[in-house]
Amino acid sequence: MLSIKNLQASVEGRQILNGLHLEVKPGEVHAIMGPNGSGKSTLASVLAGREEYEVNGGQVTFLGQDLLELSPEDRARAGLFLAFQYPVEIPGVSNANFLKTAVNEVRKSRGLEPLDSKDFLKLMNEKMKLVEMDKSMTQRSVNEGFSGGEKKRNEIFQMAMLEPTLAILDETDSGLDIDALRIVSNGVNALRGKDRSFIVITHYQRLLDYIVPDFVHVLYKGRIVKSGTKALALELEEKGYDWIKEEVAVNA
Amino acid sequence: MPTLTTHTLAVASFLQDAETFAGREDQNSPYAGLREKAKEAFSVMGIPGRKQEEWKYLDLSPIANTEFRNAGAAFDFVLGPSDAESYRLAGKEALLLVLENGKLNTHASPMERIPAGIRIGTLSTLGHEALVTEHLFRHAAVEGEPFVAMNTMLSHDPLILLVEPKAEIKTPIQLAFVAVAGADPLAVTARVLVVAGEGSECTVMESYHTYGEGAPSFTNAVTEVVISASARLHYTKVQVESGQAQHISYHKVNMARDSYQHLTTLTLGGALVRNNLHIRLDDQHINAYLNGLYVMNGSQVVDNHTLVDHAMPNCHSNELYKGIINDRAQGVFNGKIWVRQDAQKTNAYQSNKNLLLSNEASMNTKPQLEIFADDVKCSHGATTGQLDDEALFYLRARGIGEANARTLLNHAFAADVIEQVENDDIQQSLMHLLDTKLN
Repeated sequence: MLSIKNLQASVEGRQILNGLHLEVKPGEVHAIMGPNGSGKSTLASVLAGREEYEVNGGQVTFLGQDLLELSPEDRARAGLFLAFQYPVEIPGVSNANFLKTAVNEVRKSRGLEPLDSKDFLKLMNEKMKLVEMDKSMTQRSVNEGFSGGEKKRNEIFQMAMLEPTLAILDETDSGLDIDALRIVSNGVNALRGKDRSFIVITHYQRLLDYIVPDFVHVLYKGRIVKSGTKALALELEEKGYDWIKEEVAVNA
Repeated sequence: MPTLTTHTLAVASFLQDAETFAGREDQNSPYAGLREKAKEAFSVMGIPGRKQEEWKYLDLSPIANTEFRNAGAAFDFVLGPSDAESYRLAGKEALLLVLENGKLNTHASPMERIPAGIRIGTLSTLGHEALVTEHLFRHAAVEGEPFVAMNTMLSHDPLILLVEPKAEIKTPIQLAFVAVAGADPLAVTARVLVVAGEGSECTVMESYHTYGEGAPSFTNAVTEVVISASARLHYTKVQVESGQAQHISYHKVNMARDSYQHLTTLTLGGALVRNNLHIRLDDQHINAYLNGLYVMNGSQVVDNHTLVDHAMPNCHSNELYKGIINDRAQGVFNGKIWVRQDAQKTNAYQSNKNLLLSNEASMNTKPQLEIFADDVKCSHGATTGQLDDEALFYLRARGIGEANARTLLNHAFAADVIEQVENDDIQQSLMHLLDTKLN
């Protein structure tokens, strides 16, 4: 589904990703962990198509297409979804209007008829339940005045509405209390399926108690330096990242 | 650049027109003296140049250096009832009156459908009314206002709306001013007097349009509004003229005790537009809302000068002006608030927010608060920024195409001005006009 080969990227002239490899197959959940500044959020940004990140080398293939050639909107239409670490507030655009526009543009790109108001409302009501979202939130401006937890729930709600093939969760757990974490994780788990894959970027093992990954990778200095199973996350939780850094130093 | 008092081509021809007009008007009419005074004032002031502080950012040379054909009063109407419908913006229930080149076109306006509780006519039919002699030409002062002076000396037959005391007029009244562009540059004088009687309520719209494609038109519009005690007036001014039109307006409102007004100015069309708004809160417990939205592209120039004059205590005013400026367009906002010494317990707020969509677009904004009372709450703010790149990326990351995402954000920025318009039909029409302009 997603194949990243030797990806190198920089921002403002600073090299962040230094030859990253990752293969994600349908239905898999990959967790990406790593110390601060290792390039986790850069990876998410590059995959979603943020323009200030420059790709200096490597390839990314998504469902057979060269992902890096696509505009952010075309990536979304192709089935890629980024749950933002810092969801953006957009005053004056209601959540409902925003999502209706998004859902219908995605449908249009797939040759589907736009949803009418009735069907859209039905879909929205159904998906809101996944993240225990209050109906009033759909009429509010996108993320405006939302609490940290509400913003993250809104991200997962949008994901549910857009039904992506690959979802990247960029530190979705940051700033969440335990209840919000549970709600967000339940939403994600409800969306897991054999054709939908996830890349879960997190600093803490805690999230992985709720969203159990198939694979855990450690990102350090812009490349994946260690991969394993859920057990690796627990080991990191216990021992921190220093032993990884030492291993890298020895192998270098 | 015109200097302070040179008689340019335009000034000379306007004065000539006034001379001709004065020869025809009854010299015993209660208005003759005011006309004469206006003419004198205009001949001294002429068309202002940029050395004058109030006109600093606006180059009037396109007006000053043009020889206009004054539309005057003697012409055959071009527009019929079916043309009128294309200008309808106040909803299908609204009474739509067409003012062709400033003159009420009775052929295109269903005068028989004027609702009970309001009298609508012109100077020639209502000029003898005590209310009219009391107010017409008396609120928009000619001193220091060359275009008011020009308008006063040239307006043949002003439109007059008299809302009877306690009348609640449910039918919105739309005054569609249509400039019929011809082979020569055309000057149109538009004049309106609205007197809202005590305890009355009414919804009025002035809209400005261009018919046909011809030489540029210059509209000089002056409106005098009297809002009597406890009256409520909902007012909208819509400017959707052609890209060749020049428009200078002066809108003066006098508000009495316990009165309320909500005034919205929407500017989408015109090459050069200057709106002067002067609101006087003349007694206590008055609420005044004045909002504006200007959306510009190409080389449009739109200049809004507003003055809210708090003369008495315990009043509230709230002003929100927003602009979206693209291409090489230039915007100007000057917002004066005066809080006079007697005006204790005043609440006065002002906000001007602008979105610049191109590197060549420009905006000059200047809030000007002059406060002489000590127990007041006043605030003002002005911002000029660009479209939020983060928001744009967020929308695109959800599959919304870039052009559509930009439109969505521009719409969101502008919409709250229109959302505050109280009449649903008008709100809907304005939203439609906005979206057409943004797309």
